[in-house]
Amino acid sequence: MVRIGAFLVGLFFAGWLFISFLVGAYSYVTEPPAATVEHEFHLAPKHVAFSFDGPFGKYDKAQLQRGFQVFKEVCSACHSLKFVAFRDLEALGYNEAEVKAIAKQWAIKTPSVDPATGEASTRDPVPADHFPKPFANNVAAAAANNNAIPPDLSLMTKARHHGSAYVYSLLTGFQDQPAELLKHFPDAKTPEGLHYNPYFANLNLAMAPPLSAEGQVTYGDGTKASVDQMAQDVSAFLTWTAEPKLENRHRAGLATIIFLLIATGLAYMSYQNIWADKKKAAV
Amino acid sequence: MSFPWAEQYTPKHPVMQWVDEKLPLPRLVYNAVGAGYPVPRNLNYFWNFGVLAGLALVIQIVTGVIMAMHYGANDLVAFGTVEQTMRDVNAGWLMRYAHANGASFFFIVVYLHIFRGLYFGSYKAPREMVWLLGLVIFLLMMATAFMGYVLPWGQMSYWGAKVITGLFGAIPVVGEPIQTWLLGGFAPGNASLNRFFSLHFLLPFVIAGVIILHIWALHIPGSSNPTGVEVKGPQDTVPFHPYYTAKDGFGAGVFLIAFSILLFFAPNFLGHPDNYIEANPLSTPAHIVPEWYFWPFYAILRAFTVDFFFIPAKLLGVLAMFASILLLFFLPWLDTSPVRSGRYRPTFRKFWWILLGDVAVLGYCGGAPAAEPFVMISQIAAAYYFAHFLIILPLIARFEMPLPLPGSITEAVLATYGKTDGETAAVPAE
Amino acid sequence: MASVEQTDGTGPSGEDGVRRRDFINIAAVSFAGVGGVAVVLPLIDQMNPSADVLALASTEVDLSAIQPGQAIKTTFRSQPLFVRQLTAKEIAEADKVDPATLRDPQTLEERTVDGKKQWLVTMGVCTHLGCVPLGAGEGENRGEFGGYFCPCHGSSYDTAARIRKGPAPKNLEVPKYSFTSDTAILVG
Repeated sequence: MVRIGAFLVGLFFAGWLFISFLVGAYSYVTEPPAATVEHEFHLAPKHVAFSFDGPFGKYDKAQLQRGFQVFKEVCSACHSLKFVAFRDLEALGYNEAEVKAIAKQWAIKTPSVDPATGEASTRDPVPADHFPKPFANNVAAAAANNNAIPPDLSLMTKARHHGSAYVYSLLTGFQDQPAELLKHFPDAKTPEGLHYNPYFANLNLAMAPPLSAEGQVTYGDGTKASVDQMAQDVSAFLTWTAEPKLENRHRAGLATIIFLLIATGLAYMSYQNIWADKKKAAV
Repeated sequence: MSFPWAEQYTPKHPVMQWVDEKLPLPRLVYNAVGAGYPVPRNLNYFWNFGVLAGLALVIQIVTGVIMAMHYGANDLVAFGTVEQTMRDVNAGWLMRYAHANGASFFFIVVYLHIFRGLYFGSYKAPREMVWLLGLVIFLLMMATAFMGYVLPWGQMSYWGAKVITGLFGAIPVVGEPIQTWLLGGFAPGNASLNRFFSLHFLLPFVIAGVIILHIWALHIPGSSNPTGVEVKGPQDTVPFHPYYTAKDGFGAGVFLIAFSILLFFAPNFLGHPDNYIEANPLSTPAHIVPEWYFWPFYAILRAFTVDFFFIPAKLLGVLAMFASILLLFFLPWLDTSPVRSGRYRPTFRKFWWILLGDVAVLGYCGGAPAAEPFVMISQIAAAYYFAHFLIILPLIARFEMPLPLPGSITEAVLATYGKTDGETAAVPAE
Repeated sequence: MASVEQTDGTGPSGEDGVRRRDFINIAAVSFAGVGGVAVVLPLIDQMNPSADVLALASTEVDLSAIQPGQAIKTTFRSQPLFVRQLTAKEIAEADKVDPATLRDPQTLEERTVDGKKQWLVTMGVCTHLGCVPLGAGEGENRGEFGGYFCPCHGSSYDTAARIRKGPAPKNLEVPKYSFTSDTAILVG
């Protein structure tokens, strides 16, 4: 009884799936899916090497400081960094006093309440504060940015596939639309107010090229601030903001695995040793 | 509930004797996973995965209880509290990554455990109840994992919750009220998040309870073994401790090495980047995909693209997805071959390999975007999945000519070791 | 280990072999034990204050609005903190007492910053069972010694916040603080 029922149910599901397949295959052959412009012109992130790659990777603190400078002077005007606190900057090699000064001089102030009147006001950030947001809310952000809300950058490098390389590619990937693209997809012309970038998922993004000129920032350590250098530095910085514990993780991982290899080796010897008499009895 | 030659628990220390008289818990443990449980002597490494699944559950409960100490089940703060755990809590990143990857490893070992059972016929009489309870555990795991994935309240959390509860919406008439009831609203929100958190905390303990039943049911006939031939006498078994505790200790080491490699060096490899974007009800991710361990079932869900007369394709997909799991409950009565182990079933064995490949293909298609050719491939693969269990297995059982079985476990072990030295073999292994 | 006992006498190398094999089992189990302990450490450490909590471990208090005889109640490390400007009379009352007669002998000088004797900064946590004493708010009962009074079990503190009567064993705790200017202190 069970098997007859099963046979019928199986026949139904398998049969109907097969018919669905035939229907799908028929329409696939008669009306093959049109190629999309994203499919044809979207590019995977460029290959770029960072100091934190690989199982022994570490952050390059000088690079993170440069990247922070790019974030501060370029990105922070529009993008928030809400999961990061000023105190976290000590991991970049700044001391307590420097962090205090960075917080105090930050261009955007922390929302607060006027102690005398109770009205909304602002105060200088302190190290314990998270980075204040440039816009009070999403409506204000959209209104100031041609209806596109600049995303928070704290986790950006983990929120995209190959995030560090993605940020670098996006920042260095702005270009004119290829003639080839316009020839095949005349409707895909980049709309007014958007900017063509093959590393962006739908090829056109609202952000104008933020890093456009060499020397846009002046690095304190004398590194030449080429667009490529700035893009790499800020990508490294944003990798740190997304994964501040990367070095702890790599260190702990190495120790754990060495320990486990020894322990497992011992466990294997112990296992063999306990079974030795059974194997002897068998042979 | 054991073989007559099982070793008896004899407490030596007076304190243990006292405990044994009042509450024979040490005796219970001794008979369950100690020297008092005789186990076939020929188990291979595939028999390690049950214990490893238990280890994975322990890892999940420990790290999960800790995550709950730092989590805020409120849609306004949930994402932020998880980030705060990662950044500010001492060793918080370790707990979070261990919990997220621990779920994946739990499913890895459970899938290996299930496919072991499928190959060696562990679901067959007299172990049907073990199989059924195992499937209950599997269903509970799926529910727990789904609800846990909602808790970080990222984009995939939110849209996953929306899509999966939307499946209930496919049920005629009562579907939409059920969906609203499940969510406590018209879309995932604070009410959904809170109930998922509550249930996500509860269900692992239910799983632990069903595991006890699973092991209890296993101990009545005793463990199966790669030959599928039942234990005939003391020479066929060894005590669980120290023989299999030692082997499981080694297995646990290998498991922990694999787990640590992922946990420490690629903790986001199995996750989806979109879940690092806070939930946004106004923007849908480009492709919504569940976690990898649901991909085969997700592929079956999406494989139905054509309405069957009055039944819409969406409802068919939902029915088929649930059917694909429920049919496993009937497996002991679908495969009626008296031979358990795939070792002695040449035809069955070939189809087992096809099933393994088929599920891998389904998994791949389930993780891929819902576009051609993946939909067509998953249609064929899903058709095979149903045909395998509901049509092919019963037919094989009827027509297959099994290979000759060994007379006993010991005989099979001797054959493996080559030399059949009558004298040594005659010495009882004990 | 059971297996070792079973192989006694049948081992190929006799006693030495047995001991060597025993050693491997003990080593394996000890290693697992060490690993287990190492895992427990982060499990315990995660319950310590997190970095964001520690970052708020110091509090700045503005004293400019506190008149002599007045006190304010603010928070330091999520607990009440009393800041009080003593009047000359209150200082005199506190100085009059012979510390040797007190349960927790301390002078007002010892409990305040040099040259800022009028500023009494204490935790608002009764040293008996942790209630918040009265006396910092306007019009609250300051007890029979004019300092603070804990309503839970009737502990009375004097104008130097020293315990004078009732079950509390110690004076109200003075946290670590320093003056950042004439009218501001940094606690913690």
